[in-house]
Amino acid sequence: MKTDDLVRALAADAAVRERPLAVALPVAAAAGLAVALALFAVALGPRPDIATAAQTLRFVLKPVEMGLFAIVAVVLAVRLAEPGAPVRRLVAGLAAPAGLLGVAVTAELATVPSAEWGRRLVGTNARVCLVSIPLLAAPVLVASLWALRRGAPVHPAGAGAAAGLFSASVAAALYALHCGDDSPLFVATWYSLATVLVVAAGALAGRRLLRW
Amino acid sequence: MRLAMAGDGAAYDRCLRGMAVRLRGGVRRAIMRAGLAASDAEDVVQEILLAVHLKRHTWDAARPIGPWLAAIARHKTIDAIRRRGGRAGVPLDDVVDTLPAPSEEPAIRETELVRALERLPAGERAAVTAIAVDGASFSDAARKLGTSEGALRVALHRGLARLGRTAHERT
Repeated sequence: MKTDDLVRALAADAAVRERPLAVALPVAAAAGLAVALALFAVALGPRPDIATAAQTLRFVLKPVEMGLFAIVAVVLAVRLAEPGAPVRRLVAGLAAPAGLLGVAVTAELATVPSAEWGRRLVGTNARVCLVSIPLLAAPVLVASLWALRRGAPVHPAGAGAAAGLFSASVAAALYALHCGDDSPLFVATWYSLATVLVVAAGALAGRRLLRW
Repeated sequence: MRLAMAGDGAAYDRCLRGMAVRLRGGVRRAIMRAGLAASDAEDVVQEILLAVHLKRHTWDAARPIGPWLAAIARHKTIDAIRRRGGRAGVPLDDVVDTLPAPSEEPAIRETELVRALERLPAGERAAVTAIAVDGASFSDAARKLGTSEGALRVALHRGLARLGRTAHERT
């Protein structure tokens, strides 16, 4: 087939248009989130003392930090699937929620006696946290990867990793409503570990699924 | 391209042809540097154009088109070189020429796209062939193939999408 012929066919197909990823990814993610919410309602549910907990800074910080991570990561995932789109400032933007978590950890270390550090870090719910966050993240990750397949990531593993970070952050924000461990020491350790697992899964899946 | 995205088919046609002209020289240089035959270059140009078409919704009209096209061209060229067993790690900064070189499409070749076309399901193959190779209009082609215009448009779209997918799945 001559290139001329190909161009003719492509021009004839010009009317069919797909939604941009900045729309398609959040729509798909919302469907994934609905599944995650159902899982949360059935398997976990909010902690019984959520009304009083919501008045403490330690508790409120958790969903705020995770929400910030989710917002930066979802924009990053979209950009990584758009060839030639600038991403450097967004990657640097991840420092904002990470910095907030760092400040919270520092403040915790400064205000809590060192004998308490170990107990707060280990917490009471570590294993539930490590299982729940990846489990709640799974439907969001599947939906995000499905949407990203319409994209054109030059680095498929990177786009998959960003989708993993987004999914894990959404899941963590949700899980935070159940989790009884509010210490930033716990969050920085176990939430991060759970997130790393999901990011790795996203990168691996992305490398296979997001090639084009 | 902005006009083309707004649904102007003629502008899109011009835009794709302009891209082909700008791509040809750089792709040929990259292919030869990787130790492959220059005759493969047009296959790669066609693959890039197909990718441009199938992924055109990933271009944000608020951004310049150059970096977008260059990123797609690089990606597809590297992919094509790797698949054909060429030398990897060739610098590819200049796949897209800034100035269109007076390069002509090579005359007669059995392109890779033709082989990919032969593997399409019959309906999609007929649609792509009628519109592309025979240059028929939708209404003429639909009459000839005994189908509706709408069905033909769908078959063409699916066929092109499948061509794009099979391109990188070939090993």
